[in-house]
Amino acid sequence: MASTLRASRWLIYAVLIGTALFMLMPLLVVVLNSFRTAVEIGRSSVIGWPTGFAWENYISAWGHYCIAQRCEGIKPYMWNSFALVIPATIISTLLGAIAGYSISLWRFRGDTTMYAIVVMGVFLPEQMKLIPWALVLRELGLNDTITALVLIHTVQGISFTTLFCRNYYVGIPQDLIKAAKVDGAGYFRIFWRIVMPLSPPILIVTVIWQFTGIWNDFLMGVTFTAGSQQPVTAALIAIATTAPTDVPQYGVQSAAVLLAALPTLLVYFLGGRYFLRGLTAGAVK
Amino acid sequence: MRARLGRYLPLVIIWLPLLINAAHVVGFTAWTTWLSFTPSDLLPEYSWAGVRSYRAVLRTPSTEIAYINLLLYSVGFVGVSTVAGFVLAVLIDQRIRIENLLRTIYLYPLAVSFVVTGAVWSWLFNPGLGIEKFVRGLGWSSFHFDWIANRDYALWTIVIAAIWRGVGFAMALFLAGLRSIDPDLHKAAQIDGAGPWRYYLRIVLPGMAPVAISVLVIQLQYAIKTFDLVRAMTGGGPGISTTLPALVVYDFMFQRAQLGRGTASAVLLLLSLLVVLVPYYAYAHWRARKDKAHG
Amino acid sequence: MAALTVRNLHKRFGTTEVLKGIDLTIENGEFTVLLGPSGCGKSTLLNVIAGLEAPTTGTIEIGDRVVNDIPPKDRDIAMVFQSYALYPSMTVRRNITFGMECRGVPRQRQDEAVKRVASLLQIDGLLERKPSQLSGGQRQRVAMGRALVRDPRLFLFDEPLSNLDALLRVDMRTEIKQLHRRISSTIVYVTHDQIEAMTMASRIAVMDRGLVQQFAPPDEVYNRPANLFVARFLGTPPMNTVRARLATEGDRLLALIGGAVRLALPAQPAAARPYVGREVFLGIRPECITDRGGDVGLAARMEGEVEISEPTGAETMVLLKVAGERMRARVAPDARLAIGQRSTFSVDTRTACLFDPETERLIA
Repeated sequence: MASTLRASRWLIYAVLIGTALFMLMPLLVVVLNSFRTAVEIGRSSVIGWPTGFAWENYISAWGHYCIAQRCEGIKPYMWNSFALVIPATIISTLLGAIAGYSISLWRFRGDTTMYAIVVMGVFLPEQMKLIPWALVLRELGLNDTITALVLIHTVQGISFTTLFCRNYYVGIPQDLIKAAKVDGAGYFRIFWRIVMPLSPPILIVTVIWQFTGIWNDFLMGVTFTAGSQQPVTAALIAIATTAPTDVPQYGVQSAAVLLAALPTLLVYFLGGRYFLRGLTAGAVK
Repeated sequence: MRARLGRYLPLVIIWLPLLINAAHVVGFTAWTTWLSFTPSDLLPEYSWAGVRSYRAVLRTPSTEIAYINLLLYSVGFVGVSTVAGFVLAVLIDQRIRIENLLRTIYLYPLAVSFVVTGAVWSWLFNPGLGIEKFVRGLGWSSFHFDWIANRDYALWTIVIAAIWRGVGFAMALFLAGLRSIDPDLHKAAQIDGAGPWRYYLRIVLPGMAPVAISVLVIQLQYAIKTFDLVRAMTGGGPGISTTLPALVVYDFMFQRAQLGRGTASAVLLLLSLLVVLVPYYAYAHWRARKDKAHG
Repeated sequence: MAALTVRNLHKRFGTTEVLKGIDLTIENGEFTVLLGPSGCGKSTLLNVIAGLEAPTTGTIEIGDRVVNDIPPKDRDIAMVFQSYALYPSMTVRRNITFGMECRGVPRQRQDEAVKRVASLLQIDGLLERKPSQLSGGQRQRVAMGRALVRDPRLFLFDEPLSNLDALLRVDMRTEIKQLHRRISSTIVYVTHDQIEAMTMASRIAVMDRGLVQQFAPPDEVYNRPANLFVARFLGTPPMNTVRARLATEGDRLLALIGGAVRLALPAQPAAARPYVGREVFLGIRPECITDRGGDVGLAARMEGEVEISEPTGAETMVLLKVAGERMRARVAPDARLAIGQRSTFSVDTRTACLFDPETERLIA
């Protein structure tokens, strides 16, 4: 009895660790490659151990590498992404908190309909919004700017953030609100003094989710910005797909890809269980 | 005056974000749908053209290929990652000591954008650069793994990359479901004499049905919307062998600049999404009603 | 041959020792209650008996065999859980037959067994329903049915009534007791509710902090508690335990409370003699203190000041301040006792208990 149990424990660990290696492989490949020179990679393959530490890959990726006719590395695109993600995340989270608060704790006529629309918005494919956005942006004269993307992601983000916050706020006991109303508090005071102090967990989850989602977005970036205004994910496409004219710099490209993925990976590692809560929250409706 | 403001300001604050949201959800959907019935090309034209654009879209070969690909891709990606996710969740639930570490490893792909995912996997699948070259370098000189360059197999490389990303998600949700099972159930099963296989098959699995359905539906809807991954890995190629509906939409809208057809293909995409979502909601609704009727 | 014997059982979880040496012998047909506050180890003990947890040291014998290494399914036991633990995706019938399925019992025998048990518990009409469609009481009965159908040597109940509302609990208590009488099964029942323990048990094992404090029939546990813990645990309100000095006056034994109150004790048991002149704990149950005299055996009187008065309809509970100590008394419902009023109360000392101040054990 004990021996079969032992054997099966080994099997369990084998499967789990095997899967873990499969998941880690791409990351390892990229990290290792980023320290190899193009010559090394050209000789063997993308899978291999670096012989030295080619730090110049990172320097090149950051500041010099040529992406689609611009040779400034990914630095400008990273800044674009930050300039996009930070405002969009903050504003959409705040709006979502307010909207979630309104829907969950204040009954008003049409609240179920508005919430249904919010949920629909979470599922609506972005393809349905592309042309209207294009037309709206043209009217506003915001073509090809990061501001355009901030607008887009803020407005679209309201769906997710409201969903998260509302599902969290319905857990706040109604008695708290009633007591506050009896004390004479109104909409704003209840929000600031009662709901906000209870919100840090969901706000963290929402910020993590929005940061990750907006940073990683590609479709909107590639459609509504071009050239120097692109966020880094859109710029990266040039790395992945365009066949360069001279020797492919896979070492530099690996470094570039790693740098581009770093912010969201850091958020993931630091966010830990909050990231997980965002996943399960998004799944439960 | 102040009182007036005090009364109306909350209303404004309540309604403002919701109206913005509604405007873009409902408004944009309506706008796009309207455009799909117009003869617009480069610029929008708001005259009625009936289902002309739809017919044109459906007749385009890439549309058919895209939807067939979508079917194969969905079954492959969603099927494998759901089953694998469940198995992993069950294994992790066996009081594994390195659970936290494993969880961190399984979930990190979700933090990485599809573009990065696609780029790295395309390098790995690249026969002159990735796995094929590596294995050949080890000595097996006739090793073939050029799926990504092969019209018939390229789609499966995308499926693999998608599974790589999706397994963690399925596992996380299944694990949460497993953890919510009454622990006394396991004790009762032990006393009844159910071994681990019987316990998982007869008792746990049926109870996981709602979670499984959630996982399936959510991943299916991600599958239908897939765009970034394909663009980054194969660009839709070789040729159009790995194209998917979302790419067809983009192609019509921005590469061929045919707005009428682009919006029509977008509406088709939405409809295929509804085919998945509407039955799910009906099921969830029916289930909620059934639970309320008893218990 | 005893139905269950626990010998010197220790159970450790990591560095915490939850069971610190349990010795129990339970005879066939007995209804044994493991009673104690949360954290005393009673549920752990039940789990070890069931085989769901392994003992750190010590043996468990069911019948005449040592079952330490035998898995739960082969120990000839059945268990009913606090949360019922009914398999949610199976019908009531399947829930009951699941164990038999696992053991390969032929279909015919399964059906007969289900029919027998269903009529016994009156759940015939519920057989095709799912647990989510049943009420709390019905689920409880199904859980018992699942246990009954195993026809085990030992029934284990883990706080089965805690999830039911008060009225239902009273009904189910009676049902369980009737069931026990009808099928003369051996039952080990865990609860923190002393009413359940007192009404159902043939013997109660009072547990605290991993040890059995006393294992005796209900009236003995109630009237002759083995130590202060048992004395204070049983009874609502619990036994009054106050410090008193023992003294003799001629051939009478007296308990002096706070130097002011003198209570005569009925006899002079030999065990009490070494304590004369020393301080002990005196235990008197509230119902032994009343405000009417005369019809009490050995009338002992004391003066007390009323601090709180709580009329409950059937009687009035008062909190008295007596010579610096506080005691609770049960007086007649129509007693007119005002707060702050000093009055004379009579004490029936026939069932008074004396406890050693250090070991807290019963002297007499």
